[in-house]
Amino acid sequence: MTTATTHMTFGQAINAGLRRALERDPKVLLIGEDIGTLGGVFRITDGLQKDFGAHRVVDSPLAESAIVGTAVGMCFRGFRPVCEIQFDGFIYPAFDQLVSQAAKLHFRSRGRVRMPLTVRVPFGGGFGGAEHHSESPEAYFLHTPGLRAVSPSNPQDAFVMVQQAIACDDPVLFFEPKRRYHVKGEVDLEADLAAAPPLEQARIERPGRDATLVAYGPLVPTAREAAEAAADEGISLEVIDLRSLSPLDFGTVAASVRRTGRLVITHEASQTGGLGAELAAGITERCFYYLEHAPVRVTGFDIPYPPARMEQHHLPDLDRILDGVDRVLGRPNSLSGLED
Amino acid sequence: MSKPGTGPESGGKSGEPFIQLLTPAGVRVADPHFDQWLADIDGDRLQGLYQDMVTVRRIDLEATALQRQGELALWPPMLGQEAAQIGSGRALAPEDFVFPSYRDTGVAWCRGAEYADLVKVWRGNAPSSWDPYRLNMAPMQIIIGAQTLHATGYAMAAKFEGAETATVTYFGDGATSQGDMNEAMVFAASFQAPVLFFCQNNQWAISEPVRVQAQRPIADRPPGFGIRSLRVDGNDVLACLAATRESLERVRSGAGPCFIEAVTYRMGPHTTADDPTRYRDPNELEDWRTRDPVDRLGAYLQSEGLFGEEFRDQVRAAADAAAAGLREACTSLPEPGGLEVFDHVYSGPHAVLERQKDHYSRYLAGFEAAEGGR
Ligand SMILES: Cc1ncc(C[n+]2csc(CCOP(=O)(O)OP(=O)(O)O)c2C)c(N)n1
Ligand SMILES: [Mg+2]
Repeated sequence: MTTATTHMTFGQAINAGLRRALERDPKVLLIGEDIGTLGGVFRITDGLQKDFGAHRVVDSPLAESAIVGTAVGMCFRGFRPVCEIQFDGFIYPAFDQLVSQAAKLHFRSRGRVRMPLTVRVPFGGGFGGAEHHSESPEAYFLHTPGLRAVSPSNPQDAFVMVQQAIACDDPVLFFEPKRRYHVKGEVDLEADLAAAPPLEQARIERPGRDATLVAYGPLVPTAREAAEAAADEGISLEVIDLRSLSPLDFGTVAASVRRTGRLVITHEASQTGGLGAELAAGITERCFYYLEHAPVRVTGFDIPYPPARMEQHHLPDLDRILDGVDRVLGRPNSLSGLED
Repeated sequence: MSKPGTGPESGGKSGEPFIQLLTPAGVRVADPHFDQWLADIDGDRLQGLYQDMVTVRRIDLEATALQRQGELALWPPMLGQEAAQIGSGRALAPEDFVFPSYRDTGVAWCRGAEYADLVKVWRGNAPSSWDPYRLNMAPMQIIIGAQTLHATGYAMAAKFEGAETATVTYFGDGATSQGDMNEAMVFAASFQAPVLFFCQNNQWAISEPVRVQAQRPIADRPPGFGIRSLRVDGNDVLACLAATRESLERVRSGAGPCFIEAVTYRMGPHTTADDPTRYRDPNELEDWRTRDPVDRLGAYLQSEGLFGEEFRDQVRAAADAAAAGLREACTSLPEPGGLEVFDHVYSGPHAVLERQKDHYSRYLAGFEAAEGGR
């Protein structure tokens, strides 16, 4: 049996996933700035208000705390709201509503009040964005018990995962790698959600033997390119697409590291207290005797996101990832001989 | 509208008008508009309101005592706000949904909260109290103003469903400065959400007098958002009842959101951890005592011949029983088990958390094994 797939962009795949969710469950409602008539500044919700009405695809006033806060109230009434935060850097006004309200209500109410809230966040840089338009704020939310966070890296995952996030009874931050919105891929629009890999499961993107390279969201394609380049030099990298940022799928990563003995983690977000730190610590705890080298992090620096013409110095790219790979393999690298 | 009474200093200049149906001396003031909302309030009902107010005052005092005796970690007294909470609380229908703050003991009483529900959180036994869907009342909110957005969202959802229910949110004068509160008014107005904002202006936000929050009466603010607003004597249970009923009727009929500023006074400390003598002139409290909400209704009952000895005995007995019930419920709360801390963080399994729970249970089991071996 062959499954017919459709060629579409990452952005179109999210749109298709949202449409499915709206069709399937009358309690699903989208709310955000400019998502209705305009279809969102990235057109991710294009055409949905026209087809589902202004009460299901809601153009909201310009207030992030209220977008999330009213969605929390809707959850009390059994709705499954999907909030769009226009850009990563604009999520901070909603911080309290996410961290003190949505994240805690299930716990506070001893499971009586469910918070099936999804917050879509176009995130990350690499496209020459203006100030506050290129941030990677995920670590703030990984540190918050009660929240889940995911980031798809390809159109098929985007289509399935957005539906899984909406179906999940916990609040889920859905980080969309906005510089990949135009990447095209094959999407199985008939994909069976129940048969799809669970939301919290990482995926081995490319098997390999010599080191494990972990990425998520926008850097998965970069990691794959790095693995291809490394292969040319005879180095076999196992690339893991985390998919879930909270909880982290330590099982998949640990199994890989037990095979390869080496771990490189890459993300755009700054380093201190970041996802890479948590993953390195958790894997070191679980795999200490398998490790041939300390885990290596290749991340954005601990700086405010820089202006567009400087961002290439901040963002991990293929060469910086390969330099990290050299480090974890004990090959000559930019820090060879350096002791800090 | 009513022949306005004269309000105390509050949210700006003194003497701002408000709706008053019962003077501080307990004299009933006729009001052509609001009286119709009290048509069913006969002698029995008046006595019922009085008994409610005395009971919640007694519960409040007992909880304060429990804190002083080390049975509660903290308590936020509502002393002085009985009329605002009972008057508005008794105006609600069971199917209405309430999003309260932490000081709304009287409202919780009206919704049917059990004694244990009123103290569980303050004893530290549970992260929230009542079943929100039994009382149709969300867990109390400590983040100032956050619940106003939840109420607005709930009301939006109800409206989208075509339901004819009202949502009510309670908050203080301090909360009106919060962004969430102002965003809630914007959203409520834009979507014409069926929500009633009920502000208990008790003159203080911990140590900050209301003039720090508002240079004009708080009730002047909502009209700028396009929200109909009333300013009522919050120590007059009849004014609070009538104004809330009237506003709820508007809200339910689809006329959009409403706002009530109930002008009242926090007669006690902010919480049992607070010392108001550091910031408050004691004369102010004495002044407000002359406007006490409970005494006021008592005086009116007296003048109506409804305050006989038998009734007063009955009220006293009910209050005593409530105090005893609260104390008993408080001190007999079961101690929570250690591993319960891991429950309900997520709605389903969570590998990282389960590993932590497993490790901690092994750690605890180590103690048990050691004790068993002894
Ligand atoms: C966001 C936030 N900031 C500060 C506090 C600390 N705090 C608790 S109660 C309070 C005063 C609130 O005053 P008001 O809104 O008038 O309510 P009242 O306590 O008088 O009932 C403050 C500052 C808090 N709980 N939440
Ligand atoms: Mg106050």
